Amino acid sequence: MKAPDFAYMRPDSLDGVFAALAQYGDDARILAGGQTLMALQNMRLAAADVLVDINRVPDLPDIVEEPGHLLIGALVRYAALAESPLVQQHVPLLADAVPFVAHAAIRNRGTVGGSLALGDPAAEIPACMLALGAEVILSSAAGTRTIPMREFYLGLYETALRPDEVLTAVRVPKRRPGQFHAIDEIVRRRGDFALAGLAVSGVAEKGAVEAISLALFGVADRPVLATDAADLLIGKALDPAQIETAKDAVIASLDPPDDPITPPAYRRHIGGVLVQRLLGQIREKLA
Amino acid sequence: MTRAVKSVAIALKVNGENVNETVPVRRNLVDFLRADLGLTGSHVGCEHGVCGACTILVDGVIVRGCLMLAAQADGCEVETVEGADATGRIAKLQAAFHQRNALQCGFCTPAMLLTAAALLEANPAPTREEIRDQLSGNFCRCTGYQAIIDAVADAAEAGE
Repeated sequence: MKAPDFAYMRPDSLDGVFAALAQYGDDARILAGGQTLMALQNMRLAAADVLVDINRVPDLPDIVEEPGHLLIGALVRYAALAESPLVQQHVPLLADAVPFVAHAAIRNRGTVGGSLALGDPAAEIPACMLALGAEVILSSAAGTRTIPMREFYLGLYETALRPDEVLTAVRVPKRRPGQFHAIDEIVRRRGDFALAGLAVSGVAEKGAVEAISLALFGVADRPVLATDAADLLIGKALDPAQIETAKDAVIASLDPPDDPITPPAYRRHIGGVLVQRLLGQIREKLA
Repeated sequence: MTRAVKSVAIALKVNGENVNETVPVRRNLVDFLRADLGLTGSHVGCEHGVCGACTILVDGVIVRGCLMLAAQADGCEVETVEGADATGRIAKLQAAFHQRNALQCGFCTPAMLLTAAALLEANPAPTREEIRDQLSGNFCRCTGYQAIIDAVADAAEAGE
């Protein structure tokens, strides 16, 4: 189908975007990469009266190295994220996550900011940012605030973004010595939405887990941290018995939505499979 | 364009030629190419980014023509299968598709060619797995894909 009638504007500054949001409120939607919004418009599941295209707003950052962090601008496209030497060096989980995102043509256009602001529960980048302890930067005419990822998602496609705010960047901690990471997902077809996925980031010191985050996606109304499992792993070696305990804790913590094709028990099961698979991989790398 | 508009004048390059048109803002780029410019080699399938039949190049990279507005292509360089055919950029792939019978109805073929060409330009000797991965966003309802993978592998060997 074709999108319903709408008006289009392309502000040339963030102030222009703020003015548009002030003028049109809920009738406006921000158009970044468009890889979800355009599809929803075409299917008439979304019907914005005004699309505010931010693709040519010059004051959004690219990928910038800061002390301890990388600042990644909202308009950085998936393909650019994967190819960035800064990302490969300092936040390799993100580079490893990109091949799981949809298909090449989508990755050339879809953006980090769009993925984060939409908050699809099965999306890879939000889960990675959660595992990495990133913070999103939300800007409005009134100023800028920074929100930790773990406080950003409030429900299904619900975020802490206020109607007058734009997600302009995300600040991601750089890899520390001893840091490990892994990501995998289970899909029916390559590039499809994950039935369940897991992004892991942590730090090992002398064979023991010093810190670990396990962010699951596709299993709830938003990406979720398996904190019970993480608590069980801290201070321990990643041996098969510990991995089994963590897997059981993740399965016990999940309460997936009941969907006609994928029963909750199946999603819990494959969530556990992913925990076992990725912690096993990390164990081998650390050995 | 700091004001909300319903139609917009755009200037872009399509297959190397300058194009200046005024388009309704809700016109998708692929519809603009087909309906306004008569370049019907790019096909319209699902219109929500799943089937890949509308794949074109914008500023040198493959994108979904149904998930971009013509208005957004203002100032861009667009290449369609017609342009890629005219320059000979996909000639070896076209020959391999013919040789391997890698098409039946042909609906997915232009997008398959452009998607495969993007892979071979970045990675001249892909594995079959890498070919499958690259083509995973393009549906073919006729061939069962094997012949398409064979054709791309042949073209890689022939040095596309």
